[in-house]
Amino acid sequence: MSESNLMLRVADINVYYGESHILRDVDLSVGKGEMVCLIGRNGVGKTTLLKTIMGLLQTRTGEVYFDDAPISKITTDKRARLGIGYVPQGREIIPRVTVKDNLLLGLEARREGRRGKKEIPEEVFELFPVLKTMLNRQGGDLSGGQQQQLAIARALMGNPQLLLLDEPTEGIQPSIILEIEAAVRRIIAATGISVLLVEQHLHFVRQADKYYAMQKGGIVASGATKDLSNEVIQQFLAV
Amino acid sequence: MLPILDGLFNGISIGSVLLIAALGLAIVFGLMGVINLAHGELMMLGGYGTFVVQNVFKELGEPWFNLYIFFAIPVAFIVAALMGLILERSVIRFLYGRPLETLLATWGVSLILQQFVRSVNWVMVIGMGVFCLLFFGAMFFLRRLRIGNWALWLMGWLSLGIAIVSGILIGKTGQEALTKAWFSARNVDVTAPEWLRGGVPLGNFQLPYARLFIIGLTIIAVVGIYWFLNASDWGLRIRSVTQNRTMSSCLGIPTAQVDALTFALGSGLAGIAGCAITLLGSVGPNTGQNYIVDTFMVVVVGGVGNLLGTIVAAMAIGILSYLIGSGTLAVLLVQVEPLKPLADMFLFFATTSMAKVLIFALIIAFLQVKPAGIFPQKGRTVEL
Repeated sequence: MSESNLMLRVADINVYYGESHILRDVDLSVGKGEMVCLIGRNGVGKTTLLKTIMGLLQTRTGEVYFDDAPISKITTDKRARLGIGYVPQGREIIPRVTVKDNLLLGLEARREGRRGKKEIPEEVFELFPVLKTMLNRQGGDLSGGQQQQLAIARALMGNPQLLLLDEPTEGIQPSIILEIEAAVRRIIAATGISVLLVEQHLHFVRQADKYYAMQKGGIVASGATKDLSNEVIQQFLAV
Repeated sequence: MLPILDGLFNGISIGSVLLIAALGLAIVFGLMGVINLAHGELMMLGGYGTFVVQNVFKELGEPWFNLYIFFAIPVAFIVAALMGLILERSVIRFLYGRPLETLLATWGVSLILQQFVRSVNWVMVIGMGVFCLLFFGAMFFLRRLRIGNWALWLMGWLSLGIAIVSGILIGKTGQEALTKAWFSARNVDVTAPEWLRGGVPLGNFQLPYARLFIIGLTIIAVVGIYWFLNASDWGLRIRSVTQNRTMSSCLGIPTAQVDALTFALGSGLAGIAGCAITLLGSVGPNTGQNYIVDTFMVVVVGGVGNLLGTIVAAMAIGILSYLIGSGTLAVLLVQVEPLKPLADMFLFFATTSMAKVLIFALIIAFLQVKPAGIFPQKGRTVEL
């Protein structure tokens, strides 16, 4: 894939927690409109990589490029406004704010900002109908599955060009997992945004175009998801 | 009027002073989690701001003097908010999530501010002006030229040296107008406008206009803050950042700006409180110390981070303080024979200082039963 078709390029990054070397020479790319899945057992550095892309952790060496522009020196809020949406592990819903306000906060990432907008676009409720009935409830009072849907909807409110999803099915009941999967598929089909997904749920992993497998902080395998063999799955997925 | 009604009015009036003083702290401590021991000094700065505005309007004569309070309120807000902004940008922002360090640092700042109002004179102000001009001017150009931090350090020391030398040289001219302290260590009196003197007569009692004005000002401040936090765009940003700073930045919210604005807002409210207390007595360098413990007490009893709790706690503490301190409660209880021993106990505490002792004891007992205050967080939210 030529560089101009890349939405995200992580070039040879090394990340440390104090003196602990967590990410080692990580190289990865996500094309425009592509869904890429990052697999690996717990503790190999998948979440660290997403946090680094989002700017929550700093690289010691290497560079992160978003739409061909280096972003390592840019703060997290500016990265969000550039068009990177983030759905973290554990959802991180703002607890004592209503569902509607949580969604409105998603508008902050738009270049034009929120500017007094008070309405939620109907497309959000088409993707996640359950949210429409809960607009006035506190974000912290929703169930895990509802919070996950809210977190994805909130990220979409900012019209991102790249969506980072960190284990969106973790701890969610199977029926909701299918709903979330279907919603993510529809989002990609409708908007053409790129998705970098960290996932352990095999069915969801199979939806991606490409996969990267991580071990001990480095990328150890990659390829098209259709070529993902049972051997690789057994080696890298915690299932 | 019945003594109980008189007691209630005076209690509400004391509660209003506590509330307006605690409102800023409810934001700074309750929402941001910053233990700001300089909150009382920000009130004191608001008080001095009011004093300066009063002096300016005194020169203008009538009818301007009667209106000075309406100009003093925004001036007190701006002075305290600016000081809060400087405090947040220079000290607090490096200490978020480290409450003990914040406590120590803000205590130091409170001492500096107290000494500042005692000593401030033209020489000091000119010296500070020279320093700011040289240092921030150098910072502006060095950042543009992308010259490293070493140059900034050098300019910092150089600016400080030049500022001190200019201060010394100006001081040596011997002009009293330049070297005389503006306020000195003595308290200064703020005269209330004529329409705020006196009160509404009700039977044997009087409802002082100044107290009624403070109650009104408190209501406006509470409604204004409630609206700002719950209905404005910046209010939502503040609520988001104070609950989850990391995720808020991931959503595109400029968290550093929100932190600075929130702290400035809380500090500005302290300034308004400072303006209000000038109507009740004189203002001095130690004025803030008289209020800091009470304001923390109100916020903790109300339930940290809960505006409604702050209101209820301020009123409850205000009313109880007055009923116990004035002896009203003892007088009421003595009329009921079986409660006479209780009345004797309340009579023992029927002075302002002793009432404070009893209120403290009651609060300690209350916090044993409800450690999270009157309105603790409920539901799943608590775990988040």
